[in-house]
Amino acid sequence: MITIVKYNAGNVTSVKNAIERLGFECIVTDNIEELQKADKVIFPGVGEASSAMAYLKEKGLDEVIKNLKQPFLGICLGMQLMCDYSEEGDVECLGIFKTKVKKFPPLDLVPQMGWNSIVQNGKENENEDVYFVHSYYAEVCEETTATCSYILNFSAALQKDNFYGVQFHPEKSGKIGEEILRKFLNI
Amino acid sequence: MLKKRIIPCLDIKDGRTVKGVNFEGLVDAGSSVELAKRYAEEGADELVFLDITATIEKRKTLADLVELIAKEINIPFTVGGGINSLEEAAVLIRKGADKVSLNSSAVKRPELIQEIASQFGSQCVVVAIDTKCVNGDWKVFVSGGRIETELKTVEWAKTVEQLGAGEILLTSMNSDGTKNGFEKSILKEIVQELNIPVIASGGAGSKEHFKEVFEETNVSAALAASVFHFGEISIPDLKKYLKTNNIPIRTTP
Repeated sequence: MITIVKYNAGNVTSVKNAIERLGFECIVTDNIEELQKADKVIFPGVGEASSAMAYLKEKGLDEVIKNLKQPFLGICLGMQLMCDYSEEGDVECLGIFKTKVKKFPPLDLVPQMGWNSIVQNGKENENEDVYFVHSYYAEVCEETTATCSYILNFSAALQKDNFYGVQFHPEKSGKIGEEILRKFLNI
Repeated sequence: MLKKRIIPCLDIKDGRTVKGVNFEGLVDAGSSVELAKRYAEEGADELVFLDITATIEKRKTLADLVELIAKEINIPFTVGGGINSLEEAAVLIRKGADKVSLNSSAVKRPELIQEIASQFGSQCVVVAIDTKCVNGDWKVFVSGGRIETELKTVEWAKTVEQLGAGEILLTSMNSDGTKNGFEKSILKEIVQELNIPVIASGGAGSKEHFKEVFEETNVSAALAASVFHFGEISIPDLKKYLKTNNIPIRTTP
């Protein structure tokens, strides 16, 4: 079963709809046992980092998530919470990706809102823009698998073992986004 | 590079699309869902749905429609028209709308912007401003453009940004429906004064108008309705044209 983590910062509806459009079933839960026995776990997020971390800790979900072994995908704030630390609310996060989340310097409009290209293996993916909405970004680190450029270069995607994270919203990124989700769901 | 967005706007009444739609192959031209899907497939970057149903009992129809749209559409969409409270906005967002758009209700009660932004984030709140130049001053109009307010457009735009609006949708009533091009003077002024994205609306009649508004003002997006609905401009053509003219634009294979 595909399982979406239920917490206080989810854009759960959009992610659930996207998964169902691809023909997969999914459930939305914060039940620890259900998360542990899931085939895949998706960790969405639209919200604020420190209150989201506080909620995860209160529910004991922080330790559960870190120890999951099945493919796990964090989206937007979900991805940011998988990093070491976030400036948003000055909070220690899950520490899966060894990098920090910082606020964009105000050198252009913040948030970045809209479609942008990403760079993978040194190559810009033309015709494959994805949709971003965010005011904070993860610094590029060893686990970065794709970067994006807006004001500066930041992590568009990260991976470590079974943990995947994307800053953009695949569930809102048209056909390209669907392909990215499908790839994850078929791992 | 962040791209400029092209946004078709669909007027909704009693759960259906109003205005004739001239699209080949649509089984039901009044089906908002089918039309929205078509636009998404053609490369629209976002969609805006404006509910022009006035009555309260029809609001549920809108919520049901939003739920349907959210199930079918794989790009971001905004819903607006008659949202007067945090509760009404919350229902639409929970049903899957990415953003809600406020117009007259924000003028009547500016705190509504704050209330929605603090619960769902600024990225969820679009403030739509209808503006018209009256004796040399750009003023804000409400109630579908029927009532002039005391508010000056640039001042009001700054206020809504401070209250937590994430985006401004600026419709120039002088140019709306004329097909003579976007009103660049007020757009230029607003963009200069704000740090949030501005969507240009009103006056699109040709591909050149989109090119001009992106070249001459720093707007983030341009919105149009009838030129798309009546097939006068097709989205793939428009995007190809803009790209050839070096406007950063999203294209799909």
